[in-house]
Amino acid sequence: MIPRASKLAALTAVAAAAALAGCASATSTSTSTASGPAAGSPAAAGGPEFPVTLTAANGPVTIKVKPARIVSLAPTATEDLYAVGAGPQVVAVDQNSDYPLTAKKTTLSGLTPNLEAIARYQPDLVISYQDANGLVKGLKKLGIPVLIEPAAATLNDAYAQIDQIGRATGHLAQAQQTVTSMKAQIAATVRRAGSSHPDLTYYWELTANPYYSVTSATFIGQIVGLFGLKNIANAADKASDGGYPQLSAEYIVKAQPQIIFLADNQAADGGQTPAVVAKRPGWSAIPAVQHDEVIGLNDDVASRWGPRLPQLVAEIAQAVERASR
Amino acid sequence: MTRTRGRRRPAARAYGVAAAFLVAATLISALVGAADLNPVATLAALLDKIPFVHLPSSLSPLDRAVLFDIRLPRITLAIMVGGLLSVAGAGYQGVFRNPLVDSGMLGASAGAGLGATLAIVYLSSLGPAAVPVAAFVGSLAGVMIAYLSGAVASNGTATLLLAGVAVGLFLTAVQTYLMQRSAQDLQQIYFWLLGSLSGATWQQAAEILPYAAVSVTIVLLHGRHLDVLSVGDEEARALGVRPARVRLVVIAASALAAASAVAVSGLIGFVGIVVPHLARRLAGPSYRIVLPLSLLAGAGFLVLADTVARTVVAPAELPIGVVTALVGSPVFVWILRSTRVVGT
Repeated sequence: MIPRASKLAALTAVAAAAALAGCASATSTSTSTASGPAAGSPAAAGGPEFPVTLTAANGPVTIKVKPARIVSLAPTATEDLYAVGAGPQVVAVDQNSDYPLTAKKTTLSGLTPNLEAIARYQPDLVISYQDANGLVKGLKKLGIPVLIEPAAATLNDAYAQIDQIGRATGHLAQAQQTVTSMKAQIAATVRRAGSSHPDLTYYWELTANPYYSVTSATFIGQIVGLFGLKNIANAADKASDGGYPQLSAEYIVKAQPQIIFLADNQAADGGQTPAVVAKRPGWSAIPAVQHDEVIGLNDDVASRWGPRLPQLVAEIAQAVERASR
Repeated sequence: MTRTRGRRRPAARAYGVAAAFLVAATLISALVGAADLNPVATLAALLDKIPFVHLPSSLSPLDRAVLFDIRLPRITLAIMVGGLLSVAGAGYQGVFRNPLVDSGMLGASAGAGLGATLAIVYLSSLGPAAVPVAAFVGSLAGVMIAYLSGAVASNGTATLLLAGVAVGLFLTAVQTYLMQRSAQDLQQIYFWLLGSLSGATWQQAAEILPYAAVSVTIVLLHGRHLDVLSVGDEEARALGVRPARVRLVVIAASALAAASAVAVSGLIGFVGIVVPHLARRLAGPSYRIVLPLSLLAGAGFLVLADTVARTVVAPAELPIGVVTALVGSPVFVWILRSTRVVGT
């Protein structure tokens, strides 16, 4: 009896502490939003920024008042929201939004969104990366504004989405700060590692069996392109695959890439670790394998276009610096 | 007597055609590829491997690695998978007396798909090696569930087929549900379902060899029994064949053959249903000939299909399922139109 009672007491204490912490963080953010506009933006606290009309992938969207109950169905949008300081306004994020850890993860799905499940959270703003299952139409009927923020095609797209999410949530100043800081970090990293390495070739692995890669025209290809590397997948480019060609293993080996980036190395994404790659028959003939330049990336960061991009750029830079030494 | 001799001769000719087709496909496949190896030097390097033949080849060590570690295991696996799927398809067709049955029926493909999906979603911590094992087990389990469900309902083959369809749909539904639940694994599952030989290794070939050898041998040994079955259960019994037992053995062996193929290649459709038909067009309906002929022709067909998949847009590749269906279907229809007489 005694342990159970004490456990209960402990639980109550934890719950109370959590509630207090929730209040505390909510207060602290509301102060920071109030101080935000005062610091530079012409708009005063919360008010005149709204209504705001934004043009997302689903056309113009008007948000009448500062959203207080946001639902995010996209991992990148979730990261953007928390980065611009709109975290306290978020009431639910989808099942794949695993960063930041404090995000309120639910069983909602951006892939197959369920309108009723979303409506249960009574959102006043929904953000997703695609208009699936009639999401936009359905939410329009319910009078809930929705922003579709699809996969970025360029770095500027990624910045523009952060900016837009800042405007939509009343955190423009912090969004602009986030973008400025990302740009500065990326520029510094590229400066240090050098932006021209025409002698270095790389292979970016999205999946193994079959081997899917990215060309220089894709978002990822442009990011690696910041360092001026040569992409072995470019030779396989054709209009139909949208920059994501399936490569022959024998071509990859014969192309002799000096760096291999693995976006499928974490257990949940295929478990193609550098050790697994080194054991692939014939791959020991690849310079990247011989010189230990097979880089297991953080797959999540490498597949999103959010505020952690500088981290991805740094991972790439590390490999570039080592390989060019 | 004259009839027997009359049938022997086209059979011998058909074997010759199929064997020549397999050899030609293998040779062509060995000489072409995205790595652009010199064909003459490649041929020399291959012939050099034949005992007592010594030929100098100008292939660099890198080229040798490409040829012997990447290209040849892939061709070998294509031969095995093509042969296995075709024999399994022909075996099922004999059991069910129905030419529309495929190696993936009876819950085999659906079971494999569910097994692979379970491994990708829940067993990712065990590494990529768990997927083929799970697909193999899933495929066999799918057939077993289908067989047991059908056998409970009645002992007719039509019931068994319908049970297979029901079990297949059920397993696919479970698999689709799992896919929806874990969107981050979607890409991996999708590529597995598409089927591919691109990661072929000698080790994979060695791993499925025992199952392949046993299952193919058993099915091939039952050609005569399937021929007897084709005239009807009553007649078969009168001739001393026990239909239920033959069915069980051939289904089990065909399931093992298909499962071995699926474990290393994912789901490659079309082969198991089309190749036995080509065999019938070539040599008539007798399973004694259709089965071994399917083995040869299926091997050659998949080698050719995979060669197209990996060369036609080189250095990019096409999914092999796209090639088997996109190129295979029109060719198949053309063959059906141009040879009307021999088949069933």
